[in-house]
Amino acid sequence: MTSLALPLAARAPRGLRTVAWIGIALGLLGAWVALPPISSRSWVWSLVLCLVAVMLGAGVLIRGERRFGGFAIAAGVLGFAVAYFATVSSLGKLDTVVVWSALFAAMLRYATPLIFAALGGMFSERSGVTNIGLEGMMLMGAFFGILGADKLGAWYYGLLVAIGAGALMALLHAVLSIHLRADQIIGGTAINFLSLGLTGYLYIDIYGLEGTPTDISGIPQVNIGVIDGIPFIGEVFGHLNLMVWVALILVPLSWVVLFKTPLGLRIRSVGEHPRAADTVGISVYGIRYGAVVLSGMLAACGGAYLSIGFLNSFSENMTAGRGFIALAAVIFGNWRPFGAAAACLLFGFSTALAYRLPEYSSSAAVLFLALPYVLTLIAVAGIIGRSIPPAAVSRPYKKS
Amino acid sequence: MSDLETPPPADPSGLGPEVKQSLLGRYDVAQKAGGLLAPVLTAVLAFAVGGLVVLVTTGKNPLTTYRAIFDGAGFNWFFPWVTGDERSIAALNMQQTLILTTTLILTGLAVAFAFRCGLFNIGGTGQYIVGAVLAVWIGSSFQNTNSLLHIFLAAIAGAMCGALWAGIAGFLKATVGAHEVISTIMLNWIAVFVGVFLFGLGGPLQNDTQEFIPISNDVVEGAKLPVFWGDPLLQGLHVGFFVAIGALVVYWLILNRTTLGYGVKAVGFNPEAARYGGISVSTNYFLAMAISGAFAGLAGAIDILGWQFRLSTNDVSGLGGGGVAFVGIAVALLGRNTAVGVALAALLFGGLLTGTSTRNLDPEIFKPELASNLTLLIQGLVVMFVGADLIVLWLMARMRRRKPA
Repeated sequence: MTSLALPLAARAPRGLRTVAWIGIALGLLGAWVALPPISSRSWVWSLVLCLVAVMLGAGVLIRGERRFGGFAIAAGVLGFAVAYFATVSSLGKLDTVVVWSALFAAMLRYATPLIFAALGGMFSERSGVTNIGLEGMMLMGAFFGILGADKLGAWYYGLLVAIGAGALMALLHAVLSIHLRADQIIGGTAINFLSLGLTGYLYIDIYGLEGTPTDISGIPQVNIGVIDGIPFIGEVFGHLNLMVWVALILVPLSWVVLFKTPLGLRIRSVGEHPRAADTVGISVYGIRYGAVVLSGMLAACGGAYLSIGFLNSFSENMTAGRGFIALAAVIFGNWRPFGAAAACLLFGFSTALAYRLPEYSSSAAVLFLALPYVLTLIAVAGIIGRSIPPAAVSRPYKKS
Repeated sequence: MSDLETPPPADPSGLGPEVKQSLLGRYDVAQKAGGLLAPVLTAVLAFAVGGLVVLVTTGKNPLTTYRAIFDGAGFNWFFPWVTGDERSIAALNMQQTLILTTTLILTGLAVAFAFRCGLFNIGGTGQYIVGAVLAVWIGSSFQNTNSLLHIFLAAIAGAMCGALWAGIAGFLKATVGAHEVISTIMLNWIAVFVGVFLFGLGGPLQNDTQEFIPISNDVVEGAKLPVFWGDPLLQGLHVGFFVAIGALVVYWLILNRTTLGYGVKAVGFNPEAARYGGISVSTNYFLAMAISGAFAGLAGAIDILGWQFRLSTNDVSGLGGGGVAFVGIAVALLGRNTAVGVALAALLFGGLLTGTSTRNLDPEIFKPELASNLTLLIQGLVVMFVGADLIVLWLMARMRRRKPA
């Protein structure tokens, strides 16, 4: 079980993390003072705050906490960049782009499908099965969600059908990668192709070129009347879709399951050292099947939110790479529920920003959509700490 | 604890030598066991399941549908008894098929070359896009250049840019062990959004004449590849076809007749053994990715110079979800990463894609919109059956057992 103990031993002392968090907060504060409602017109304050952030980050970094130290440095540098551009831009434009409540509400909407899929991907990879088929499983959820809601008449049936379809695709991936010991990347690629073809085929076959009907029962919003009057909180949290709340609840729930229950320990041990897990009587195949099917169900929930919660329609390949962003979030979040969810929120925020920035430049705003991928590339490059996957991920296990 | 296997040393890539070895090892077994049989069986299985889908969902005879796709792809041109108008239509279709085959050979080689080094280059899309961007940029600039020089420059720049793009992933793999699958997926989407930015409204490479259309300038006449079969106005077959054939030869030569190819294959079979043998694993990782990327970048450049002549934001974002570079994965897998196999698989998928396009498939027999999704399904099934080669090997073993000895 040595490999299970390793990550714990390698972790730096807690105090350093706190310092790093202060650095991150200072960097964000540096950016914030230059933005509405404060809109400081001088960048000097931001410079001071962000410099402190960078110094704290550097101090933490050289003492061994590379990941969070790197985050603090990044927060300082980016914070100052944002603040500088905010001070040189006109106040009018700034006020139209930076509407915090709208930005945060949009962030939650864009992050929700990612959170579902990322949590799914995390379970699958923690059990030792790489899942690049998340994209396809999301697409299955998106199509079968709307199909179920349309044909069976209610959104909850749609959600159930979506979950079933995602589970079936995931089961296929599980059979391929567990029993048939296929290369898991090839299996995932096959899942993506199959889902793209299957959903596109059925979509044309059933709905033709007119598209999905517009009167489909959608997943309802949760209106909280009590907080409606509170300025910021009411605007952000007052009228969110049910699935947004479900996603937010699933994050701590996944953490509890993964780190505080025997089942979670089993999942992790199967992903770190299957032979050892097998020796103590844990069914490696059983756990892996369960985790992969669960990942398909969660990814399908994310897809169903897209079709019957968010857009109320379906189009071919409508997930458009969200499964891959979710995969990126799993890696960026270091295979941890809160980390992955934080990455999803960050990616959701960059998407929300990308749709507001055309105020400044219509073409350059689209570059913000590439931000998740750039950040993940930096993360896997080990410049900001190293992402360490579960030890046995991608390795087929052969019972002896 | 002593009777347990010692855990493998920390491997940040997550894909240890063990897996690579077994993956390639099993390919090797499949190749030796079946030769041509295994890939053919894979394709037949995929088409059979695809046919079943046709039968179940539409109730139509799958054979009629496949026959229509076959004719739509222009494969009936090979039959000497097809004459007259039918023959000239078949020739037109065949030209389309071969144009796509050209691209698929190159994107297939991009996947196959990395595979021989034990790497999965899933980033053909990104490399294809950067190659196409460079080609359209150079091809639409420099009005009065020598035609040959212009084409050469644009194509080489495209290939180089593709090599550079894949080289990033290769470099990360070689230096810090970042998993190439993850980094190439990220690079794909970065390329997509950079492409959308470049040709989008107000973007730096948007065309000079139509302000509200997000498309590049057209490639100048001199930089277009000459057409050698068919009418240039009807998108005849361009000389890029020979470039693809040349690339197949280069691929074979590099792998089988050079020290570089020996090193690449040695690392692919077993990186640990190669390292003990004095072969630099990291150098080979980088070079294999860069050469792979050059093939994919060249594919993008040839498409631009050969028949597309311009690049729109829709073209670029359409590539993100699927598209020719992803088909390259199926081509390489079905072709078992050999030059001949890639050529044949590219022809098969080129035909399938052309035969199911709205332009070529007889809508009386089968809806083309449905058929293009059928193509995706068949692709997925091919990839799946190649991945699950245990099924195919098992089938082959059964077939052998049935035969009297």
